[in-house]
Amino acid sequence: MSGAHRVILLLALSGAPLFAQTPATPVPSAADGVVRETELDRQVKHVASQLRCVVCQGLSIQDSPSTLAQEMRAVVREQLAAGRSEQEVKDYFAARYGEWVLLQPKASGFNLVVYLLPVAAILGGAAFVYVRARRWTRRDAGQPAREA
Amino acid sequence: MNWRRALIGVGIALPIIALLAYGMTTDPKKLPSTLPGRPAPEFALRVMDSAPPDTVRLSAHRGQVVVLNFWASWCLECRVEHGDLSLVSSMYGPRGVRFYGVLYSDTEANGRSWIREMGGQAYPALVDDGSRTAIDYGLYGVPETFIIDQQGRVVHKQIGPITAQQLSAIIDPLLAATPVHPGET
Repeated sequence: MSGAHRVILLLALSGAPLFAQTPATPVPSAADGVVRETELDRQVKHVASQLRCVVCQGLSIQDSPSTLAQEMRAVVREQLAAGRSEQEVKDYFAARYGEWVLLQPKASGFNLVVYLLPVAAILGGAAFVYVRARRWTRRDAGQPAREA
Repeated sequence: MNWRRALIGVGIALPIIALLAYGMTTDPKKLPSTLPGRPAPEFALRVMDSAPPDTVRLSAHRGQVVVLNFWASWCLECRVEHGDLSLVSSMYGPRGVRFYGVLYSDTEANGRSWIREMGGQAYPALVDDGSRTAIDYGLYGVPETFIIDQQGRVVHKQIGPITAQQLSAIIDPLLAATPVHPGET
């Protein structure tokens, strides 16, 4: 290593701690309220994505750019910030717009059809496949298949 | 056997057909409303252009029929009903019925010039900042009109323009049930 290279290396090594001590962006802490705000944002997003935009087609108020959706999001934020639970906020909107405003309807009464029908279809399909598969394997084994 | 397969097919198809038939009986454009029959949400709204500044509270009108109409200057159908609302408010005002127009999602300047363009408004216009009252009333759009009885219950919600005949048909029985002396406010 030449003399010039040694000097450059020494300068680089001596400068490294200086760069390391450069003040970084302040880390958000609970004390300055930043963390709490982020948590509130997350909650607002979570609730807003479960509420239907009443002037749109199949959009949540989280995804809709409409003025009413924005105002509904503001109400969600206000109520969560005031200490209401996510369920209480959803109940507030359901009391005014009906259960229709909930993108995920409650699993009770007629709504149960929505939840049970896919399960029933999957179970029925699985049972059908099982029965057919058994028949095919019996046939393959040389046993006469009986028509049910 | 074929008949057995056919029975299974019918057994699967029937509930699906029944579900679709049920869907055909409902109007997808009909918007649900939970308010009729229930207490009207309380509100405190500023009266537009009032000097000194005035605020209208629903609770101050207990014992009176209140007609709350949500409107906006950008709403074409609001033009259709405006004449009827003004006419009926003049007819029923002396009998203690209170009419209010709530400006929805609009600027006061636009609302003011719209009222001028329409030749005036026989009842006060209220300002709903942030549409909080509109959301409290489960509003979908404008025009929408709520008729609130003397006990503070919503008896009717009209989505779309309302006519003088419709208003009279709803208000008259309410007044007949609880007579209000002329001039009483």
